[in-house]
Amino acid sequence: MVAGEGDGVNWLIDFFGDPDNWSGPDGIPARLLEHLEFSGLSLLLAMLIALPLGLWIGHTGRGALFAILSANAARALPTLGLLVLIVLLMGVGTIVPVLIPLVALAVPPILVNTYEGLRGVDPDLRDAAYGMGLRGGQVLGKVLVPVALPLILLGLRIAAIQVVATATVAAYVGLGGLGRYIVDGLATKDFPRTIGGAVLVALLALIVQLGFALVQRVTVSPGVSQRQTVR
Amino acid sequence: MHEEPLIRWDWIGRNWASIQVLLEDHVVMALVPVVVGLLIALPLGLAGVRWRWLYQPTVGVMNVIYSLPSLAVFIVLIPVTGLATRTTVMVPLTFYSMAVLIPAVVDGLTSVPDHVRQSAVAMGFTPMRRLLRVELPIAVPVVLAGLRVAAVSSISLVSVGALVGRGGLGYLFIDGWQRQFYTPIIVGIVLVVALAAVADLLLVLAQRLLTPWSRARGTA
Repeated sequence: MVAGEGDGVNWLIDFFGDPDNWSGPDGIPARLLEHLEFSGLSLLLAMLIALPLGLWIGHTGRGALFAILSANAARALPTLGLLVLIVLLMGVGTIVPVLIPLVALAVPPILVNTYEGLRGVDPDLRDAAYGMGLRGGQVLGKVLVPVALPLILLGLRIAAIQVVATATVAAYVGLGGLGRYIVDGLATKDFPRTIGGAVLVALLALIVQLGFALVQRVTVSPGVSQRQTVR
Repeated sequence: MHEEPLIRWDWIGRNWASIQVLLEDHVVMALVPVVVGLLIALPLGLAGVRWRWLYQPTVGVMNVIYSLPSLAVFIVLIPVTGLATRTTVMVPLTFYSMAVLIPAVVDGLTSVPDHVRQSAVAMGFTPMRRLLRVELPIAVPVVLAGLRVAAVSSISLVSVGALVGRGGLGYLFIDGWQRQFYTPIIVGIVLVVALAAVADLLLVLAQRLLTPWSRARGTA
């Protein structure tokens, strides 16, 4: 390890100040796009699986135990191990191998939060909605989902952050994304590069965090969010 | 391309001793952070309940820490803690555990119904005794739910530490990848998941022992 005289700040200036790092296929914009592609696709797939399933389980109460158990099991799956195994089995022709572990990572928080969100809705509220003559689907769409939305968004936020952070591992099996800087930097003992990559991923995760805070502010009905602060 | 079987049982037999060493290393690196995280989260959570203004900033900081990728934090810590040390892996995991546990402690304590708290006051409980005998026991299910998430994620996350030279069972993933050899990878995944399942099960058992009243009432 290069025990450089330079401290972290100098490393950052080295990395971000180098114009070579801002263009070409190994430039920051290109790597960022790759990273967003892995993360975005994985999150989208996880949402397509976990949201309908969570809504169905939360609304009907069926299969709850199974969902919670399998979500916990999926949480335990080591992403790095899963990734290298799938890449060895399938090869790295496409980005499919990297999507599988990331989807497995993102499904549990979305599924569990959606289910818990719906289950946590005051039963009186649900009864009142049926009493007003709403049918099952309408109760779900007009009452349960709006009230459960903060928790559902929290699940999506946790999933998104974990996916963005973990997508760095893809670089280890030779794929792109911001993890390239981290893995290549480690391999060549180029510390500024490694730290620069780490900072980029952390920034991206923070932007995602802020993005979700904004979405929450816009989409959660004022009545619900007020209830939230009172607890 | 591989004519090899998916699992070579003889490899497992020959390497069992070193697998055990990795397993022990993994257990230490995963569980110490959860225990330390809980020990820090309890007083911080209590403070957050006592002084409400403290809670939001604490959770804010924890959320920021939680959003940092583990690999990135491992690397940033290397100059301080050294390459391939247990500390490099355990420090970030401690913070992740705290990020999960502080909200769990606060939610658990605020879930104590007001009339219960008032009954304890009326019976002459001192605040300390009320905390230990009434409020914390009632908070146990919520805290333990957080503890289960923290423990399982910690066990799974340790393996990423293998990329900076110390990751317990994660070493098997690196080894298998470098030699294009399935067996260590599969052994590693199975052991990590089994370890997480055992930890989860023990915590569920702990919850049943700590909250006998919930069984008596028949809510499981």
